[in-house]
Order: sequence, then C-alpha cells, then structure tokens
Amino acid sequence: MSIPAELQYTPEHEWVAMEGDSATIGITDYAAQQLGDVVFVSLPAVGAAVTAGEPCGEVESVKSVSDLYSPVDGEVTEVNADLVDDPALVNSEPYTAWMFKVRLPDGTSPVDLLSPTEYEELTQSAG
Amino acid sequence: MVISDQPRHSPLHVVHERLGASMTTFAGWRMPLRYGSERTEHLAVRGAAGLFDLSHMGEIMVSGPDAGAALDYALTGELSAVASGRARYTMICDPDGGVLDDLVVYRTSELEYMVIANAANTATVLAALVDRSARFNAAVKDATGEYALIAIQGPAAAGILGHLAGGFNLATMKYYAGAFGQVAGRDAWVARTGYTGEDGFEVFCRPEDAAHVWESLEALGAPAGLVPAGLAARDTLRLEAGMPLYGNELGPDVTPFEANLGRVVKFGKPGDFVGRDALAIRAAAAPRQLLTGLVIESRRIARHGYPVLADGQQRGKVTSGAPSPTLGVPIAMAYLDVGAAGEFAVDIRGEAAPARVTDLPFYRRSN
Repeated sequence: MSIPAELQYTPEHEWVAMEGDSATIGITDYAAQQLGDVVFVSLPAVGAAVTAGEPCGEVESVKSVSDLYSPVDGEVTEVNADLVDDPALVNSEPYTAWMFKVRLPDGTSPVDLLSPTEYEELTQSAG
Repeated sequence: MVISDQPRHSPLHVVHERLGASMTTFAGWRMPLRYGSERTEHLAVRGAAGLFDLSHMGEIMVSGPDAGAALDYALTGELSAVASGRARYTMICDPDGGVLDDLVVYRTSELEYMVIANAANTATVLAALVDRSARFNAAVKDATGEYALIAIQGPAAAGILGHLAGGFNLATMKYYAGAFGQVAGRDAWVARTGYTGEDGFEVFCRPEDAAHVWESLEALGAPAGLVPAGLAARDTLRLEAGMPLYGNELGPDVTPFEANLGRVVKFGKPGDFVGRDALAIRAAAAPRQLLTGLVIESRRIARHGYPVLADGQQRGKVTSGAPSPTLGVPIAMAYLDVGAAGEFAVDIRGEAAPARVTDLPFYRRSN
C-alpha cells in the first residue's frame, strides 16, 4: 500500500495536494483497496461551495457506497471527468486519479490534515 | 441467539493471509471478500475457473433408518426419493410457510444425508432438524467443524479437478451428484454443485487437509486461468445466474412461491411436512409479489432495500443489485407487485434511475 510522502491526508482516507491556494483531492490507495472495484463516482459541481468535513460526492464500489468529503473549505474549480467514464482508474492509479480541485478563500490554509506518517498510523490502527 | 465476540477462522485462514486477501466478517466467520479485483475474479470463473473457500457453510448430518422420512417431514422436498450419491436443492420452512433457509442436501449413503445450510442459519436449521426429527429413528449432528469446503467453479473446473481426483469417475459425474473419493490424495466428498451458474464442483475434506487440497488445485489450475475468488465475486456470479441469497431474496417473510421456487415444495410426497397447509394456500393463491430481474439504465447500483417505482409509484423493493461484469450493466433482483406496469425506475438515494424488467436468470452458460 502506498502513501506518497509529498501529500497530506484525512481520516476519511482522502489525499490532498496543495499548490498555492488550490487543493487537489482524491482517495488513497488504502481506501481504494478497502472499497474494491469502484464502479461509479459522483463529483461536486464546478462552482459549488464546499465545507471541510462535509460530504460533497459519492464513491460507489461493487459492495458499497461511500461519501466523498471535502477536506477543505472553498469553491470547486475543476472535477476529473475521466473518472466518470472510467471509475476503475481509482483502483489502478489512486494518486493520479484526482477527483476535484478546490480554491481556498484568500488568506486561509487547510486545517487538521494528516502527515504521511500520521496517516500510516491511522491505517494500521484500523487493521 | 448467542453470538460470540470472536469470528471463527476457516481452516484455510493462513492460505488467505498468504494470498493477501481482503477479509470480511460474514455470519460470524472471517472469510475472504476478494483477493484482488472482484471483477477479475468473476470473469475468471466465467472464462476459466475460480477457487472458493466456503468453509463457513454449515454441514449437518442426518443419519439412521428413518433419515429420509425425517427430512421429508422437516423440509419441503422429497428427500427419501433421492438416490444415494445424488443431491437436491430444497428449503426448510416454518409452519406458516416462511423460508428458514435454502439448502443443498446430499444423500451420501442409504442411511445418511448431509444438509448444507447457510452459515448464518446453521444454528436455526440444526435446532429445527433436531426438533422435527424427534419422533423418527434418525440422528442429527452438526458436523460444520469437521469439514472444510472448497469450491472449484468454471468451464475449466472439471479438467483441473480431474487431474487430482481419484476413487470416483469425475468425467461421468452428473450435475447434482456426488461421490466419496480423493482429491490430491486426501479423502473427500466431491459433488458437482455450485452457486455461480457455471459447471463446477464442491469438495468437502477434513480441515487439516484443506490447505493441501487448495494449494494443489491452485498450482495445477493457475496455468489454465484458475484464480482464488472471494465472496464478493461469488455474490455477483450467483446474482447473474438468478440464484437467491438467503437474507436478500429469501427470508421468513416469503414463501418459495414468491421467489419462483415453488417447484421445491413436493406436495405429493408421503406423509405430512412442516408448513404444508400454509404452503398449499400460497400455491393455490396468486402471489401478490414475484421475484423479478431488473436491468438498471444508469451507472449506479440499485442496492438491497431500494424502492422500485412504476410510473413514479412504489411497487416493489430491490433485494440484490450489482454491476454485472458479464453484461456490463448494473443488474438487480426485486420483489415487484404482480401486474405493476408502466415506466420502471429504482429510487437510488433520491434519484429515479430508469430500469427495465427482464427474465431471470441474467446469464445462462452456453453448454
């Protein structure tokens, strides 16, 4: 299971890549393995306002439906339409298969994100 | 019912760990959900072969001179008429006709039957069989811990198993037949049964022999395309094959007739049986709802419990749903009001996904 060192993470098994005031968000390799084959991804609308910790989409696998949470406050600037056509990318390339991008309000930064080490501990304690 | 805190481990637990399986707790057992991609495992069973650990299933032995008569009374089928070495799909109902479990029963000898119960229902079936056989000269014993159950399913199954089987003729074994023999040199009861819609076999062996039998089948089968397959693939395989799952399509609130399985109720058999009067009434009356196939015209999955709508009105409920790897579209089974007509849809978390009613099964093998 891979946990890239350059990313930040959430307890909801999402990864966040920060670039200036823009956050790129996807789900982790661990999450993809737990879900099994992903068959449908529902993403927020471009322009939608999202709130950290609130659901903004869905990831559906053969066995389950899971909410997708926004890890940050802000406005959705882009969504990955490739995933709508080919949801299996989430399993094959979880860190390339980004889901949505959020622009954070001026002067703010993400809070409560986990470091790779903290996230690894979380997945281990989850068994 | 008392449920222990610790799930039971299959005799193949270390094998699953070696294979890196994603494990799940199912009916009190830690069992493999998938080894890699459930879709790949599903397609391997359709195209070549899959190897399944089903050791969580219950094995209940019913033996003695009146074993057949006891089962005729306890179950819906006529088990006394089953020849030694043959199997029947049957059900156990409560007195009001509700299904307590669906079963495969093997007649392993003149004087002995092996009743295969769903893991979640083994205790219920055991208690009912003990109770219902009390006035017969028959003994009932839970032998679940004495067997590992390995299924090899798929068009390549007979070829793979044939190389490792001894003491019986696998090539001439009929569907729903079984025999004692050896697999990879270990004693086993081998039956041509399964839950995937493919040709295949189920191998009941001693728990201590299970890893050897599994690894022998895996090694010999791998070049032919055999892969280990988990419960997730088993569920989508049986759904495509239109086979019911207890807890989804079957339960105490339905009789075999709503599930289109009235044929398992043998009213013509000798003697009385539990549920006869209630089932006779159901057999004579037109059912209010019937189990139906649905193809969902959306990418979303219609899951257990979702409402089925006809022209916007709820007329049924989904019992099982999944993406069909073989058909490439989401499929579902649902109980639907008889006579419901119009534009069908499934309410998928507030969104009406169009659906098309279709005959079951969704998939039937060509040979």
